[in-house]
Formats: sequence, structure tokens, C-alpha cells
Amino acid sequence: MVLGWWTIASQYHGWWRLNVTEDICGLTVHELSDLIAKREIKAEEVARCFAERVQSVDDRVKAFVTVTIDLAIEQAKAVDEAIARGEEVGPLAGIPGAIKDNISTRGVRTTCSSKILHNYQPVYDATVIERLKGAGFAIIGKTNLDEFAMGSSTENSGFFTTHNPWNLSTVPGGSSGGSAAAVAADECAFALGSDTGGSIRQPAAFCGVVGIKPTYGRVSRYGLVAFASSLDQIGPLTKDVTDCAIVLNAISGKDPRDSTSLDVECPDFTKALVEDVKGLKIGVPREFFGEGTDSDVEKAVIDAIELLASLGAEWKETSMPIADYGLPVYYIIAPAECSSNLARYDGVRYGLRSGSSTDTVSMFRKTREEGFGAEVKQRIMIGTYALSAGYYDAYYLKAQKVRTLLRRDFERAFEEFDVLISPTSPTVAFGIGEKADDPFAMKLADVCTIPVNLAGIPGISVPCGFKNGLPIGLQIMGRGLDEETLIRVAYTFERNTEWHKRKPEL
Amino acid sequence: MRLTRDDMESVAHLSRLELSDAEKDKLRDHINRLLDNFEKLQELDTDDVEPTSHVIPVSNVFREDVSRPSLSVEEVVSNGPRVVDNCFAVPRVVET
Repeated sequence: MVLGWWTIASQYHGWWRLNVTEDICGLTVHELSDLIAKREIKAEEVARCFAERVQSVDDRVKAFVTVTIDLAIEQAKAVDEAIARGEEVGPLAGIPGAIKDNISTRGVRTTCSSKILHNYQPVYDATVIERLKGAGFAIIGKTNLDEFAMGSSTENSGFFTTHNPWNLSTVPGGSSGGSAAAVAADECAFALGSDTGGSIRQPAAFCGVVGIKPTYGRVSRYGLVAFASSLDQIGPLTKDVTDCAIVLNAISGKDPRDSTSLDVECPDFTKALVEDVKGLKIGVPREFFGEGTDSDVEKAVIDAIELLASLGAEWKETSMPIADYGLPVYYIIAPAECSSNLARYDGVRYGLRSGSSTDTVSMFRKTREEGFGAEVKQRIMIGTYALSAGYYDAYYLKAQKVRTLLRRDFERAFEEFDVLISPTSPTVAFGIGEKADDPFAMKLADVCTIPVNLAGIPGISVPCGFKNGLPIGLQIMGRGLDEETLIRVAYTFERNTEWHKRKPEL
Repeated sequence: MRLTRDDMESVAHLSRLELSDAEKDKLRDHINRLLDNFEKLQELDTDDVEPTSHVIPVSNVFREDVSRPSLSVEEVVSNGPRVVDNCFAVPRVVET
């Protein structure tokens, strides 16, 4: 391996440097980590390669709200010094990662892509950030999202829309669209996102990367700006399944500061990177292949299932009738929780304050009117209405009861099957602006992912094909706390396909 | 159930949102379309079903009542839009 020498030499030869940058930035976390550990490249050189990559492509992709190259280089230098002292470093040491901008980073602006938090600088780190910093990762920037994670395309960002690296006129998905696009465009080695109704998996599918929503409670939510607290979960977006296991190892586990984080032993997820699906029982719920499912997406998913079958798995169609009610249940519960969580944005302690008021209530109302975008206002209004006297039973309580029925549907299915498989989203990425005005058309993009959040179980999306040059995602769902089986199945699929190796041309 | 214009104003007030008339009309249309869709849930019999508010069975979580390090006052107020003497300043709340 002569990359280290190349990089140094090529500082004087622009053409070489360009190619090296692309080569380095295209690598996975585990490949980069190997090179750094073997001292074939310095972490600082890696960080500088990614800095160049961000500079050369992000004006087109627009994945980042804030770029923190200086911090990344500083962290990388510390890793290089540790290695020079002969210290052993972990698999994330010096690895450039991007963080969704609703995860608190001490001293680094955290906006939730909302005008109401445009200048907010957290004074503490989220637990996941503390853990990644402990592992030596190099933060490359904060990524764009739909405002407060409410949306499926990043078009609801209060600042700008992120573009899908596979086709810049299409959306990257959402709400973690910036994170997914940054990984796909090789602007970072991995990213963190958050998933309330599909916000990691759906953009992972649209951008052709791997994304997992862990079991509810697996990863601490401390420092994740709350949207719908009973559904939100942080997870990684990565270039392959091995990286997914590595990052999940770093961020999982009980946290005394999040009382909903589970006090259970965390396995070493990299031990689940085993190529073996013999005897695996796969259920294929027909409700996840509904009316709006693109026939090419359906075919890619069936081909993937057939491939797993050829490797020794057994599959059977099944039915989960309550899954059809997932969308209305979600669009009552999530706004109800959001209307309560977002009450804190009142212009008193942080963020925007409207300047013209002489009494507090009108200050609250004007601040929120100016600071929130249309989608956020709509959800706050629905949630407030659904929780208000006289309507609580008809909407919120009813939705919670149907949520119970949906959980039972999953429990029944997992008595018979080890995993359930579906498309991650019924279609590939849609055009920017295409679904802006229909409140339901956009939400259908999450129809396959929402039930997983409502049931609290884990789900992973891996690339399984292309349509018109745009990636298709395969969703694998598992029992609560059984991320290991998801990782094993996803890894086996990946080892027998080439989809994850394709790169967008930028 | 459908929201009227009067409902919109009272929900906006509860939500502490100041909406323009144009915004109210557009939001009302969107919300009513969603509410129509929610009617689908009435097809399901849920009389004897327990509601799920949270998927994991946690109730109260206790810890020992001992003080722990916390943020400094300066850090706590560092994001305040208006801060006076380490306090968040707001328009007058009590009547004079």
C-alpha cells in the first residue's frame, strides 16, 4: 500500500491528489481503520482528504448545515499522536463522521434545521457524541434534516433542500437526508441519524447506503432533540453492514441520563457478521407491498428474498392486517408527542425571540410563528387538537390502542418467523418538489417503516437494486433486541451481492 | 369531525401559534384531510385493548438523592436571547 506516500507526494501534484482523495473517501470505516492502525496513512491525512471532498461536492449535494473540518483535523492529530506513542486505538479512531443536526454537540451549532434554533450552541454533548468522542472519531460536520426531523425528503428543512447524490434533481429522503447523502457522496465515512418513523432507513434506501434503527431503548436519546419521545431512536448510516455493526457497538448501551435506555447487556455486534442464513425463517407480510408499491421495487425485493432462499433460508408470505393502520396511528401519536415536546421553544431560554412583543403570551406566539415552518406548525396543531378535551378518546387513546394491536401483529409474526422482509420504501427517490403539496403522498414513503417504530423493534435497510439509476432499499425487521440476526442476514445478503459497491458519479 | 375556522383559532392559541388567515386556511385544509384519514381507525374494535404509550415497561426510575456536577449558571444562560444578571429576561408578566 503506497497511499501514504502518494498523498504526501501529490500535495505537489494536483491531479494525483484528486484521485487519492476520491480513493480515501470511498473507503469504509473498517478499511480506513486498518490503514490508520497499520500506519499506512495518518488520521490527519484522512481528515484532510474528506475536507477536500466536502469542499468539492457539497455545493451540489448540500448535505451539511455546519462543516467542522477544523475539529476533525484537531481530533485526527490527537489520534496520530496516540498512535505515535504506541497506544492501541479502536476502530473509530480518526474516522470522519457526520452528525445529524438534531443531535447535541457541545460548542457546535445544533439547529434541527429550524430557524427557531438557528444560533443554538449546546453546552453539553449527547451521550452518543460522548461515546463517539471517547472512541476517537473526527466530527466532519452537522447534517441537514427536515425541520425537527418532520418529513421524508429534507424539503421541510428551514434552510435548504439536500440533493440525492445519485441524481441531484431528486430528494435524498428524510428526515436524515443530509446524513444519508453525506455517506453516499463520500463526504464522511459514516453518519448518525435519528429514526422516528423511518428517518434513518428511508433516506438510507434512497441514497443506496446501510441504515439501522435499533430497538427502542438500545441507544440513549440523551441529547437528541426530542420529536416523538416514544418513537425516536438514534442509529448509524454507513457504507456497509460491517461498519453498521462497528458504529452500533460504539453508541449502544444503558445510559443513566435516559431512563428509557434499556439496562441489558450489549453484544459485540461485529460477532454477528457471519455469512449464514441456513434454516432462517423469513416472513414476507403482504401489507408491506401495498397499492403504491413500484413494480420494480417489488421485483428487487422478491429477488433479494429468493437469493437468501438460495443460500438456505426459507420464506413464506404472511399477513399483518393492522400494518395497514400504521400511517393514521403514527400521524396521531407522533404529532401529539411533538406538540408537547416542542412547547419548550418559546423564545425565553434559547433560540429565536420575536422582538416586538410587550407581553409574554404574544412573545411566545410570534416567536413560534416566525421560527417554525409549515410542516412543524401543522403537526403541532394536529397534536394539540388530538390531545384536547373532547377529542382525546377519539384520536389519541384510539391510536394508542391500535398501536397495541399492531404490536400483537408483530409478536404473532415473530412466533413463526426470525425476520420479516419488505421494501424500505414503496418507490425510489422522487423529484424535488414533486410531492410538496399533498399531505399524504409524501407520507406514503414511510408506510413500510412506520410500523417498526410503533412496535419498538429494530429494522435495517440495505441496498438491493436500482431503478433508473436510483437505489432501492431492502428492509429487514427483527424481534426486539435482536439486532444480531438483522446484521447477520444483511451481512449475508451483502456478501452475495454487489449493490453496495456502486458509487454515484459526482 | 372537521375543524372550523373558529376551531383553528382556539387550537392555534392552545399551541401558542400566531397564524395568518392564509396560513389558517391552508393548514385547515391539510388537517381536515388527515382527520378524514384517521376515521379509518374506527373500523377496528378496540374496546378491550390496553393502550400502548411506550413499548418498554418502565415506570418510575429512581436514583440516590445525592448532588452531582451540573452546568454553571453562565453556561445555562449562554443561549438566552436576552440575559440580565444571569437571568433570562422576558416582558413583564405581572400587572402593575
